[in-house]
Amino acid sequence: MLTQHKDYRIKIANREALIGIGLVLFNFIWWFGFAYGLGSGDIAGYDYIFGFPAWFFYSCIVGVLIMAVLVFIIVKKFFVEVPFDDEELEKR
Amino acid sequence: MNWHATITLFGSVAIIFLTGLIASRNQSSDKSFIQDYYLGGRSLGGFVLAMTMTATYGSASSFIGGPGVAYNQGLGWVLLSVTQVATGYFTLMILGKKFAIITKRYNAVTMVDFLKERYQSKTVVVLSSISIVIFLFSAMAAQWIGGGRLIESLTGLSYHSALFIFVITVLIYVTFGGFRAVTLTDAIQGSIMFIGTLVLLIAVIIAGGGVPAIINELNNINPNLITPFGADGTLTPAYVSSYWVLVGVGVVALPQIAVRAMSYKNTRSFHRALTIGTIVVGVIMLNMHIIGAFARSILPGIEIGDKVMPEIALHVLPAWVAGIVLAAPLAAIMSTVDSLLLLVSSTIVKDIYINYINPQVNRKKVQKISMGITAILGIIVFLIAVNPPDLIIWLNLFAIGGLEAAFIWPIVLGLYWEKGNRFGALSSMLVGILSYVLLHSFYPDPFGMHVVVTSIVLSLIAYIGGSLIMKEQSL
Repeated sequence: MLTQHKDYRIKIANREALIGIGLVLFNFIWWFGFAYGLGSGDIAGYDYIFGFPAWFFYSCIVGVLIMAVLVFIIVKKFFVEVPFDDEELEKR
Repeated sequence: MNWHATITLFGSVAIIFLTGLIASRNQSSDKSFIQDYYLGGRSLGGFVLAMTMTATYGSASSFIGGPGVAYNQGLGWVLLSVTQVATGYFTLMILGKKFAIITKRYNAVTMVDFLKERYQSKTVVVLSSISIVIFLFSAMAAQWIGGGRLIESLTGLSYHSALFIFVITVLIYVTFGGFRAVTLTDAIQGSIMFIGTLVLLIAVIIAGGGVPAIINELNNINPNLITPFGADGTLTPAYVSSYWVLVGVGVVALPQIAVRAMSYKNTRSFHRALTIGTIVVGVIMLNMHIIGAFARSILPGIEIGDKVMPEIALHVLPAWVAGIVLAAPLAAIMSTVDSLLLLVSSTIVKDIYINYINPQVNRKKVQKISMGITAILGIIVFLIAVNPPDLIIWLNLFAIGGLEAAFIWPIVLGLYWEKGNRFGALSSMLVGILSYVLLHSFYPDPFGMHVVVTSIVLSLIAYIGGSLIMKEQSL
């Protein structure tokens, strides 16, 4: 009985760890793509957004904000609450 | 001596300190003393969890050293530093529910407890305890020194008296308050950091005449300052990307972070901590380093990187506000120090003394020993910080990366790979530490990346190899 319950929690935990890896990969690609995609050219050709060089604005500023929003949405939508106490588990 | 700044700085510190003491009074005694003192009875809520992660991680390097480097390297260093946003969600998601469920089942209080139960090996326990004590002890001494220097440069007190004030404050509340006091003070400190860096950034932008003017000025000083490649073009994409490992995903393996990932009350607090932590870490890291980079256009010619933060704060803010804002880096240092102190103390008391020296010890005695060890450790670190020996400074260079190389696979694969065993863990730890120290000393930056990447790959091979070759049955 108890093991079965534990199995279901472990499954959820494993899935959420995979989501974490997915998020960090997305974060890295976003960060790398904008920084070196827009920042590698000649400085004279830089675009500016709110005064920041475009590569910096998208890679760092938008990057941080988008991660905050993504984490918020993913946690709300895909993360499942599970009990930690064994008594609480038995009751379910 | 800058009286206004001094008064508000110490005022903020005093408020933090009082909270620690009050929290220690409220400690419940229905759970075991060890659980309570070192883990706050596993009762952290979401906000406190997020803040204590942030405050523990955001140490002297990110608040004093980091902005100093950004001052010299420009926006390229800010790019490197935002890799730390990953610590806000990745650490908690990876260790996540599994770590909390399993450590609760094991009744584990420290990271070493977890390793002990998972691998059932005395050698693993002893080796990991020793590495934690040595590496974190030196990391702590370096933070101690940073704290002393900060107070010194802001108030004009001598280094020794500054250090003394700093140490006494930290020692009293860690010794008596334990983990709960530490995490509560962390929550306040995290909030100060968040608001403080925001205020300072706004003040810096105003003082510099707006973002376009500042960027333009940086472009005039040295056009490389606004590229991703650093002041002399030496920050290569490979090198900067390798910081994703050092200060991003590798942080999973730091004992002071891992212990927090088992201390939360329920999954609701865990979910809240993920959301709050990501935004708080991201905003703080981004702000701090932008401040450092922008400071160059307002106050050019600061020679010592560590002085950038105090000087720019005193320059763009009224002195009394600067005192409060600079309580943020001081708070960061204090909270790193206090959690390290507690962790080293728990390693000695829980992992070594109770495990191997005296398992039958009673609650009263554990209480006395825990507080005693915490206090003694603090005093030793103080004596070291007064006159730091070269060995400590040398060891501190290895502290973060070395611990990551040693522990990342025994923890992560210990959680997610059933075939992993004690041989894998042992070889992984040895290969991780040795390759890190040796490469760092003799062959820095292999493949153009930070040493930690190579060491982590080698220790992964060692973990898998060791686990597969030496099957548990062959014992």
